[in-house]
Amino acid sequence: MSLLIRKPGMLTTIQDLGRTGSRRFGINPNGVMDTLAARAINIALGNHENDAVLEMHFPAAEIEFTEETFLAISGADFGAELDGTSISNWQTTNAGKSSVLKFRKKVLGNRAYLAVKGGFKTDEWLGSRSTNLAAGVGGISGRAVNAGDKLECDSSGAGDPISIGRSMIPRYSRFPTLRIVPGGEIELLSAVSERVLFNEMFTLTKYSDRMGYRFEGEPVHLLYEKELLSSATAFGTVQLLPDGQIVILMADHQTSGGYPRLGNVISADLPIAAQLGPGDRVGFKLVSIDEAEEIRIKLEHELALFKVACRLRQQLN
Amino acid sequence: MACANSSILSSGPDSNSMRIFPLGENALTVEFGNEISLDLNRKAIDLAEHFQNEPFPGLIETVPAYASTTVFYDPTIVRRAFRENPSAFDAVRSLAEMAACTVVQRPVNEKRVVDIPIIIDRASAPDLNFVSEFSGLPVDEVISTFVDRTYRVYMLGFLPGFPYMGEVDERIAAPRKQTPRVKVTRGSVGIAGKQTGIYSLESPGGWQIIGRTEMEIFDPVKERPCALQPGDEVRFMRV
Repeated sequence: MSLLIRKPGMLTTIQDLGRTGSRRFGINPNGVMDTLAARAINIALGNHENDAVLEMHFPAAEIEFTEETFLAISGADFGAELDGTSISNWQTTNAGKSSVLKFRKKVLGNRAYLAVKGGFKTDEWLGSRSTNLAAGVGGISGRAVNAGDKLECDSSGAGDPISIGRSMIPRYSRFPTLRIVPGGEIELLSAVSERVLFNEMFTLTKYSDRMGYRFEGEPVHLLYEKELLSSATAFGTVQLLPDGQIVILMADHQTSGGYPRLGNVISADLPIAAQLGPGDRVGFKLVSIDEAEEIRIKLEHELALFKVACRLRQQLN
Repeated sequence: MACANSSILSSGPDSNSMRIFPLGENALTVEFGNEISLDLNRKAIDLAEHFQNEPFPGLIETVPAYASTTVFYDPTIVRRAFRENPSAFDAVRSLAEMAACTVVQRPVNEKRVVDIPIIIDRASAPDLNFVSEFSGLPVDEVISTFVDRTYRVYMLGFLPGFPYMGEVDERIAAPRKQTPRVKVTRGSVGIAGKQTGIYSLESPGGWQIIGRTEMEIFDPVKERPCALQPGDEVRFMRV
C-alpha cells in the first residue's frame, strides 16, 4: 500500500529517531525534532518507536491514502481534516481508501507528525531512514517530499482507536522555560550574565531552522574570552556566540563546534523547543545532571508502560 | 584529575588538566586540554576507540575531537547496569577516568598515510593571491610550502567527512575570511590559521581556498562513506 503526496507543503521530510553511530565521521544524526511526538504515535499504532514518520511544517502536505490506512498525527496542531472532518492529534485514526488528509490552520506549534501503521519504507542510510538534506541521502533520495511522491508502507487495514494519555503529551507553549544541565563553560559566566541567562526571556529569531535556533535578547558574556578548540556538540547544546547571543543546536546540527557551551536542554524539554517558531520567547532554568537523569528515566518509564498497555490491548482484540 | 599509574595522562605538562563535563543527560565530554597537539589528539582518539572496541552497557557512540572525546550513552541502560553509582553520569565518568588512565596508546606506526591529488590553478584556488599577500611569499612558494608538509587528520566534523588537519606552516597560516562565501565548491582545500581542511560537500564556508581535489572525500554510496579518519596522515600531491 502507499500514500500519495498531492501537495508537498513546506519542508516535509521523512525522519526517524536519528542516525547514531556515525557522528565521529562528521555525519550528523538528523531525525525528528520532536522525538516524543513521533515516539508516542508510533507506539499507539503498534510500530517500533524508531519507525519513519513524516515531519511537516505549515503550510503542511496534502495526502491521499490509496488504501485503507491506520494512522496517527501528533506534535503541532495544524487543524487536520480527513475528507473534511477534523481529526484530533494524539490518537489513532482509520483513513478510508482514497480519503484525503489536509491541514487547515496553524493552531499551536510548528512541526506536525504523521505516522502510519508499519512506518514508511523509504531509503535507509547508515541504519536510519532520516533525511539528510546536506548529503542528499536517507528518506526520499535525501530530499523533501514533492507532489506526486508515493510513500510505501508495509501493512494496511484498520486498527483499534487508541488515545495517548494527557501525561505523555508535552506541555507545548510559545513561552516555555527550558531546563538545561550545565555545560563546559557555564562557570565562566559573569554574575550579571548568569542573572540575565536565568531571569530574562530570549526571543527566537527567523534565523532558526532544523539545524539550530538563534535567539535575540540581552547579551550574555563570559568573564573572559575563551578560544575553544572544536569539540562534539549535541541536539540541545546551548552555545554562546561572540556577540553575546544564544544558539540552541537542533536535530540537523553539525557534529562539532567551537563556541562556548553554556549547557544542554534536557531531552524532556527538547520536544517543547521543537515546537517553537520565530517570535516565541523562552526562559532558561538550570537543573543538575542528577535531576535531569531522574526526569529522563521517569519519561522513559512512562513510555515503556504505554507500550505495554498498547500491546496488551492489541492482544486482547 | 590525575592518574596514579597513568599511561595516557602521564606524558606532558597537561596531566592534571583533564576535565569531564555533561553534554546533556545522555553524553559527556572528556577534555584533555585546549590546544592542538599530537599528544592530546592521540589521547582523544585512543579513548574514543577504546569505548568503541569495548563498549559498556548503554554506550551509543564516541566522538573524538582535537583534544577531547565525547561519549554518548543511554542513561536508562547505564543506570540499570551500574546500580552502585549514584547516577549514569557518575558511572560513565568513572569509566572514562579509568580508561584514560589505563588505555595504552597504540604504536605510532599504525597510522595510515593517504595521498590526495590537488589541483591548484586560478579557478580552483580563488584565495591563493590573498595567502600570498598575507605571507609575503610569491604564489609558487605558498604552494610548495603547503604541499611540502604531511598533515595529521585531527578530527572529522562540520560536514560529513570534512577533515580538520594541521599544522599549516605559520607563514601561510592565513585567518578565515571576514565574510564567509555563500558557496564553496565541493573538494575545495582551505586554510584557516594553522588548520587545513577539505570541503567534502558544497557548502557555505570561510576558509581561504587554495586548491581543489577531485578525490571523493565523502561518498554516501560507499560502505565506508568517508575517505579519511581521525589519526590519518595526509599528503597533497599536486596534479
